[in-house]
Amino acid sequence: MIPVTSVKTLPEAYALLQARPPGLRVLAGGTDLMVAINARVGLDRIGHVLDIWNVRELRGIALQDNFLRIGALTTYTEIIHSTLVNTQLPALAAVSREVGAWAIQNRGTLGGNVCNASPAGDTLPLLLAADARFLLGGPRGERTVVAEEFFLAYRKTALGADELLLRVDFPLPDAARLAYRKVGTRRAQSISKTLIAVRATPGLREVRIAAGCVAPIPLRCRRAEQAAMSGGDVRAALQLDISPINDIRSTIEYRRLVSANVLLQLLKNMGTPYSLPGRP
Amino acid sequence: MRLELRINGSVRSLEVEPLKRLLDVLREDLILTGTKEGCGEGECGACAVLLDGQLVNSCLVAVCQAAGASVVTIEGLSSSALTPLQRSFVECGGAQCGICTPGMIVAGQCFLDSGAAATDEAVREAIAGNLCRCTGYTKIVESIQHAARETR
Amino acid sequence: MFDKPPTMKHADNSKSTVGHSPPRKDGPDKVTGRARYLDDLAFPGQLWGRTVRSQVPHGRIRSIEFDPRFDWSGIVRVTAADIPGDNIVQLIEDDQPMLAHDMVKHREEPIALLACADRERLEEALLHVDVKIDPLPPVLDLLLSTHVFKSYRIEAGDIKPAFADSSLRVVEGIYRVGHQEQMYIEPNAICAVPREDFGVTIYGSMQCPFYIHRGLQRLLKINDSQIAVIQVVTGGGFGGKEDYPTVLAGHAALLARKAGKPVKMIYKREEDVAATTKRHPAVLRYRTAVKPDGEFVACEIDVVMDGGAYVTLSPVVASRGVLHASGAYRWPHARIDCRVVQTHTPPNGAFRGFGVPQTLFGCEAHVEKIALELGLDPLLVRRKNALVVGDVMPTGQRLTESVSALPVLEAVAARSGYAAKREAAMEAARLPAGSARARKRRGIGLSLALHGAGFTGSGEAHLKSRAGLELTASGARVLSASTDIGQGTITVFSQLAAEALGVPLSMIEVAVNDTSRVPDSGPTVASRTTMVVGGTIARAAEAMARVLQGYVAQTHAVPAGEVCCVGGIFAARGRSLAPFESIARRYLDERGPLVCIEQYELPPGVQWDDAAYRGSAYPCYAWAATAVELEVDLDTYEIKLLDLVTASEFGKAIHPVLAEGQIEGGTVQALGYALLEEHIYVDGRLLNTRMQNYIIPTALDVPPMTTLILENPYSRGPHGAKGLGELPMDGPAPAVAAAVLSAIGKLIPDLPISPERVMKALHAA
Repeated sequence: MIPVTSVKTLPEAYALLQARPPGLRVLAGGTDLMVAINARVGLDRIGHVLDIWNVRELRGIALQDNFLRIGALTTYTEIIHSTLVNTQLPALAAVSREVGAWAIQNRGTLGGNVCNASPAGDTLPLLLAADARFLLGGPRGERTVVAEEFFLAYRKTALGADELLLRVDFPLPDAARLAYRKVGTRRAQSISKTLIAVRATPGLREVRIAAGCVAPIPLRCRRAEQAAMSGGDVRAALQLDISPINDIRSTIEYRRLVSANVLLQLLKNMGTPYSLPGRP
Repeated sequence: MRLELRINGSVRSLEVEPLKRLLDVLREDLILTGTKEGCGEGECGACAVLLDGQLVNSCLVAVCQAAGASVVTIEGLSSSALTPLQRSFVECGGAQCGICTPGMIVAGQCFLDSGAAATDEAVREAIAGNLCRCTGYTKIVESIQHAARETR
Repeated sequence: MFDKPPTMKHADNSKSTVGHSPPRKDGPDKVTGRARYLDDLAFPGQLWGRTVRSQVPHGRIRSIEFDPRFDWSGIVRVTAADIPGDNIVQLIEDDQPMLAHDMVKHREEPIALLACADRERLEEALLHVDVKIDPLPPVLDLLLSTHVFKSYRIEAGDIKPAFADSSLRVVEGIYRVGHQEQMYIEPNAICAVPREDFGVTIYGSMQCPFYIHRGLQRLLKINDSQIAVIQVVTGGGFGGKEDYPTVLAGHAALLARKAGKPVKMIYKREEDVAATTKRHPAVLRYRTAVKPDGEFVACEIDVVMDGGAYVTLSPVVASRGVLHASGAYRWPHARIDCRVVQTHTPPNGAFRGFGVPQTLFGCEAHVEKIALELGLDPLLVRRKNALVVGDVMPTGQRLTESVSALPVLEAVAARSGYAAKREAAMEAARLPAGSARARKRRGIGLSLALHGAGFTGSGEAHLKSRAGLELTASGARVLSASTDIGQGTITVFSQLAAEALGVPLSMIEVAVNDTSRVPDSGPTVASRTTMVVGGTIARAAEAMARVLQGYVAQTHAVPAGEVCCVGGIFAARGRSLAPFESIARRYLDERGPLVCIEQYELPPGVQWDDAAYRGSAYPCYAWAATAVELEVDLDTYEIKLLDLVTASEFGKAIHPVLAEGQIEGGTVQALGYALLEEHIYVDGRLLNTRMQNYIIPTALDVPPMTTLILENPYSRGPHGAKGLGELPMDGPAPAVAAAVLSAIGKLIPDLPISPERVMKALHAA
């Protein structure tokens, strides 16, 4: 039987993190970890579970110092219904609505999506394109890591073994100019084949581009950004950024072509005011 | 671990493993077998219940996370008479083999309780996490819309 | 013909009989969670069973070792050596072992079984069984297989002169379809309970209790009285619980007999998807000679199906497939070949449609190709060639009644706005490429389908299905082995019996489906339940009504010919005599039990020659047309369904709401087949075995649907009813292909029409 420590406050959580029990896994909404446990995948590598679901201080959405601050345990449902998110960062509300369906949105958290660090994590390209910052905390104190420096390799992040993700901060007002398109296997309960997010100023003077499912990590696409800002060949540049694979969901060929098609359309529409795409 | 759950309105005290799925606690410890398992990975929604009023897949909830919470299952929706939604499912053909039906009705009730307008698109989004292989969904959507008309 | 009847019309319980839609009888239990499926039933002392599988697609078993260092106490182990009778899964051929002992022919082949009360220990124990297999080269591509399970040829006229005729256009095409998983939401589930008479009682989720009943007698060497098979509430089947439950019941029974305790086996989703039967993949070649105006002259069709490792139901799947391969059209000259071959993959089997969705996809996609090459509207081509009364099918069957190919086609064309939408799609395609061009392209397409009702050929004659009812103190109880797996058998049978007896629906109950108590009405498959078994029950009810009328005539001293029962009251000459229940009670007291069982007889004139493959393959056909409107995204190649209209003619809708449920549900399964559902195998191993990666439609993937039901009663069906269950699976996939063709100008010949395939089609040189 795997021991579980359920905590209600950060100091309680930090106390366990400081002890560093072997094989510690953090449990938030359970939409990823419980799937693995049910399937008995990597069960022997889980030595201890830290359940943080009831840590209230990790929830909530606030506007502060020109940042939209979203607690790590904020669920997709909370994001979808937040007036702040819908006005300041509508793309995040829209993409949250495309994660799973209601029951998943009620349990899945922004922090869980970040820490699970799947290349197919639906919010992650948006965080990269929006230049989000992650506040990490642990018994040794707190630190901030920018999204781009967080994802190191396939499912490997900058999060220390004794750290938790506390909060995600989005710089405003640029976040409002974020747009994305998810291409999945169906219209709900769907894992993406590719997901492209773009933040750009009118006239494409400043462009940030990120992509999901086309590399081992959620990827910032710097060559494509350069091409977009300099009037170069975005399509060709993106191909140098990404390295998709064939898998159960799609093919290299499809991911390359569709990622480029979608990116070009997003850039083309960037001059026009962003509107919630809603369900595709 | 010992924990308390408020199940369908009554408080139950249980001795369970903390990572045991809420689904298994309902079916095995509480013999509430109306909640079904279809996939064990949060895809099909057959195990949907309300946890503190929110729709969840009980196969993805570790029971330790439900400690002290209120859980409503299909058995808790109706007492002697059928609810308007259950009646609609019977009359409109919303149930065929019936295995997705408890989860579908819990999700549908959650939608009705939200007070949202029962447009085709809104109803479909509300049950998008509940897979049905029999009906093609049309009669399920009609059942929920019919219940919405009856109850508002 | 009537449009979608208002679904609430049937809330009036008095309108419970044929043609009305009373609430389904099992509805209240299903909407409250009270319905008990196998996993919901407790069996005292029960163990859990699991299966040790080959993991190698082809090879010879060298050894099966149970790790001596592992603690095996409390764990029951079974191998082929424990089988008292014949080590076979009984079906058409005796080629499939219940447990492999020398050869393995697919990766999921069962080799050993384990049972234990503790599920955790059972999982642990599975890891301590070491099966050593010397691998042999597997055949994994159906076109490379030289092992033919069964082949068929249908010939009509002479195709050679037609293909040599230079005034005719020859159109050729190759079409491919892959596996499709039934994906019932309740996995296969069985519990075997050992008995003191050394027999076994089987409880489970199943379509065909008597398959198991007979199969286990041979496996366990027991007689007819030592087995009972009881169907419990079943969470979907679609063919996937036709033959496979015999395997699972065999396994559970072997474990239970050895353990002396009940053994429950419920497959996990991954195991169910990987190991159980699926729709047969197929490669279909069409070569046709047609007149420039679109009139069909000759077809040469060659179909190859992948049967998987063992024969199972493949011969009959292929047979139904080949019989529908020429579609709902007149072909003066035809040669149609079909063979089903072995590959080292899990056996394929029954799935709603049973070979027809494959061949009708080939046929209907090819009709689109003919129209494209001739520059004609495919609707006109279908109209010109659709079967009508008096036409002769390639097997020589002359259609004499209840033929509705044209009416369903016209109904769908009119309701969907086909002509205007097709014109708009063609207009959009003519626009010059450029910036103004929309990033989305709309299209509309349609298809025409037919589906033979009941078993193929002499199947029903061999089956000699029996069903009927017994009188009870409160009404009557239907006796049959036909299962309700969601489609509504219980309700429809009750309606047919109530109608014939003249009693309200509430007075009819349906007996528990227990092979030791009910007559063998044959398997619940082949769109036969309402027409064949329902018709037999109706006849039995009429027989019972006559007995009771005679009895009432005697007891009330009125002429027998004038007694009738209406609304549960016996009357004569407009005078009420007695309620049905009181007559039933008196009859049972005075004369003892009244059980009326009838046997199904093929209608006269329905003849089939199996050797020559000629005659009436089916007594009648149901007809359907489907129109699909969709939008193709030119950036992502995704297809969004916008609208769908179907028109179906299956004689008579006994229960219109249930019938619509069959049409809508089958249509959505077919849309999954058309657009989403695909299995990916690597070296004989199925990669996508989860609901997360085998993609079936959600509520958001389904367009608004208009379901038209046309009536054209069949003289030999109960109240004119023919078969319906499989029909809606046949037409939607080719309608989608036609609509994609209309939108982007490319005919995609393979299923599913995934965005990846659309991309390839658009970017092909």
